[in-house]
Amino acid sequence: MKRLFPILAVLTALMLVYAVYQALVVAPTERTMGDVQRIFYYHVPSAWTAFLLFFVNLVASVAYLVKRNPKVDALAMVSAEVGVVFCTVVLVTGPIWARPVWGIWWTWDVRLTSTLVLWLIYVSYLLLRRFSDSAQAPALAAALAIFGALDIPLVYFSIWFFRTQHPQPVIGGGGSIDPRMWRVLLINWMAFLCFALLMCWSRYRLETMRREVEEAQALESLLGDDRGPSAEIRNPKVALNRSGQ
Amino acid sequence: MHKQSFGGGDAMSLLSSTTRGTITRATLTKDIRLEWRSKDALNSMLFFSLLVVVIFSLSFDPLAEESRRIAGGLVWVAFLFAAVVALNQTWARELRNQVLDAYRVSPAPPNALFMAKALGNFFIVSLLEALMTPLFIIFYNLRALGPAWQLIPIGLLGTWALVVNGTFFAAISLRTRSRELMLPLLLFPISIPAVLGMVAGTTAILTGENSAHFWIVLLLTYDVVFTTACLALFEKVLEAE
Repeated sequence: MKRLFPILAVLTALMLVYAVYQALVVAPTERTMGDVQRIFYYHVPSAWTAFLLFFVNLVASVAYLVKRNPKVDALAMVSAEVGVVFCTVVLVTGPIWARPVWGIWWTWDVRLTSTLVLWLIYVSYLLLRRFSDSAQAPALAAALAIFGALDIPLVYFSIWFFRTQHPQPVIGGGGSIDPRMWRVLLINWMAFLCFALLMCWSRYRLETMRREVEEAQALESLLGDDRGPSAEIRNPKVALNRSGQ
Repeated sequence: MHKQSFGGGDAMSLLSSTTRGTITRATLTKDIRLEWRSKDALNSMLFFSLLVVVIFSLSFDPLAEESRRIAGGLVWVAFLFAAVVALNQTWARELRNQVLDAYRVSPAPPNALFMAKALGNFFIVSLLEALMTPLFIIFYNLRALGPAWQLIPIGLLGTWALVVNGTFFAAISLRTRSRELMLPLLLFPISIPAVLGMVAGTTAILTGENSAHFWIVLLLTYDVVFTTACLALFEKVLEAE
């Protein structure tokens, strides 16, 4: 598993370079929007990746409440963190694209608002994790994740009714996309997914290592060991080797 | 889990719905009596929302037509922020003398405690709203152009929406390092559809331009969904150790 990591890292880097080339050079220029439309290849894959990660977070949160497995909790935490990163990319690229095309930076449209609320909910999730003790954080955060998931359909319907007069979004509003654009979009999404997986993986390893060190320290202070820090704390590679197996 | 290891599982099954009702009623009356004697939460909430009314009325000085459009938002934002005061002290009271720990090891069902706390908050926040609404009407010269009676279901459902999740998240934020600060940070993002429902519904009735039916149904759905979720998950939060 540990050897696989650098291989995946190199592969992801190559895929990202290829995806950039596809998006900026190979993909045809959109007729009405021009080159600005190429931000589509970053905006949409980021959104899909973020939604997928939030879904992983929900599944892991429910699984944690049922099974109480700390590894599942680490997965929930990691997917929320990386999901927020991708969701931020969506919320930043959106206005950059909207300004030249719609003439405005922001509008309280269904998709925009729902994505923003989703982002807000997950930021509050990360804050909760940050501000609670490590023993209690998993169950509390899992409960919040379930509340967030229940909230999203209600957010969607309320905004949808509130803003029915607003025109449909340009992309995916029933229009058809050039098949070449689809291909580039999917290539970009694959690259983004690999990148997300890579980030989740390294963050997961870091998190499990942090927890092991924390446990070792707690154990040591419990036993009143005065022989100095354990092997893991003196040499983090020990913990790394263990978690990498 | 540890209830069963103490042999409390049998005690749990013996608890009938009347026992649950007794626990809920006992906690509720205790909380309301405590609040009635001190009036800490109610006084600070009243003064806070009075300040919001005065400051906004002063800074906008709206005409009758404008105030119909903005009053819905102002009223509910004022109540939302004021409610946080009551919600924050919901559980803090039980931390003194380890009351919450005692409750946790007792065979009393956690849901009975939760319902008592939520109902207590509902009572206090509703009282605040009943006292503040006349002031809003005076300061903003409000007169509803739509069916005014619909403000009652919006008020009741909206208050429950704030209070049920607020009580739940207050129990969560109790376990965090910065308790009082954490509650609004958790509660407000989740409450966005409910707040939108209250504000848009109130505005629809005040201006008389649209029907508020959708918003009443939305608030009702929100209440049902989150009351169920709170009751289902409260035990996990109470016993998160």
